[in-house]
Amino acid sequence: MATPVKVYGPPMSTAVSRVLACLLEKDVNFQLIPVDMSKGEHKKPDYLKIQVPFYPRFCSLCVCLHNLLNQKASPVTALRPSPIFPRREHLPQSRAICRYVLEKYANQGNKRLYSTNPLEKASIEQWVEAEGQSFNPPSSALVFQLAFAPRMKLKQDMGVIKQSEEKLNKVLDVYEQRLGESRFLAGDEFTLADLSHLPNTQYLVSVTDKGEMFTKRKNVGRWWSEISGRDSWKKVVDLEKPQPPKSA
Amino acid sequence: MVVKVYGPDFASAKRVLVCLIEKEVEFETVPIDIIKGQNKDPDFLNLQPFGVVPVIQDEDYTLFESRAIIRYYAEKYKSQGTDLLGKSIEERGAVEQWLEVEAQNYHPAICTLVIEILFAHKKGSPSDAKAIEESEKKLGKVLDIYEERLSKSKYLAGNFFSLADLSHLPFTKYLADMGKMYLNEERKHVKAWWDDISNRPSWKKVSSSRWPLLE
Repeated sequence: MATPVKVYGPPMSTAVSRVLACLLEKDVNFQLIPVDMSKGEHKKPDYLKIQVPFYPRFCSLCVCLHNLLNQKASPVTALRPSPIFPRREHLPQSRAICRYVLEKYANQGNKRLYSTNPLEKASIEQWVEAEGQSFNPPSSALVFQLAFAPRMKLKQDMGVIKQSEEKLNKVLDVYEQRLGESRFLAGDEFTLADLSHLPNTQYLVSVTDKGEMFTKRKNVGRWWSEISGRDSWKKVVDLEKPQPPKSA
Repeated sequence: MVVKVYGPDFASAKRVLVCLIEKEVEFETVPIDIIKGQNKDPDFLNLQPFGVVPVIQDEDYTLFESRAIIRYYAEKYKSQGTDLLGKSIEERGAVEQWLEVEAQNYHPAICTLVIEILFAHKKGSPSDAKAIEESEKKLGKVLDIYEERLSKSKYLAGNFFSLADLSHLPFTKYLADMGKMYLNEERKHVKAWWDDISNRPSWKKVSSSRWPLLE
């Protein structure tokens, strides 16, 4: 029986949830080790030791493959959260971790997530990159401004909100057209390309008033219902809910 | 039919050209005049719905996003030319990690500098001094991490040149144009790494060639 992959970090992090969705789709056993940022657990020496030190002080969530690659028996995905979350420029390498998981566990779980056929795989990569380069910057800026800044008692930047909304609308227009031609972004199957969009969209739809950007577009709305209705994603969303305190 | 690469004059497209040369894959280029708005023509938007370059056509197959394209060719031609992906799943993981770092951490900072310093006149608004200052700081922090990493291994993903290093070539070249090469030069290992990768014949060919421009 394989040792479970350890995933450190709060499931509410978009980086963590992206990786969790992937592990669930691939039936990979994992152990979620919450890191309580409010108690400064992410700054403890033991935790910091397993990090590739990215942006030590300001980093939002950093996902590190360091241990994953150095440990044969029990790969570790270490995430380093910080109170400032999530800034586009501090995006963690969750997509790299997903790619690694999909290659390593190619023969189990959902095998259609990342095709072995080179042309199909490249088409998937095309849309994963589009997510990373075009969708993520404006959507994560909106998530930060609308979902996190208020919680952290930071002042919202109305200029950034407006600009990000404009950019995201343009991207969603492209998606609306694409999703009128095919059921999912890379073709007729749910793949890493669609999965990669789940975390930010979940926040925008459930916690902000920008969900309409998705639901008012016929094809995007249909696509969102389908991908967010997957069992794996519902489990991730459940993990994000406050867990009941353990009994004494 | 050889691979067609659209928009060869642009930095992101050069990522693809270097990769194809390293992999010994024949290609031809199709210039796209962005000033004349060719990237917004319906025919082009059919190939690349975001209206940006590069995009490739390989017989009937079309692919956009430079990092997706280089991954595709590095895999398709794994057994010829330079191996850009590593020899195991773990090495591949390392390549993916640093390629993602380039895309998410390095690129946004350097791209902002390039646009604000070199192309402000084209974006129709004055240079944003604050954005320049912040981006330079961010870039410095990323390069500090690279310095640490490159003190332990010759290239980013390990002791082999890979897609992760290659991906840095086109935009890092702009540091010289902006008079900011000191960012590399004041970091000993980053400097050695840059000197090494920028002297590869593939990069020298791509950076010095003039791809025919439409009249």
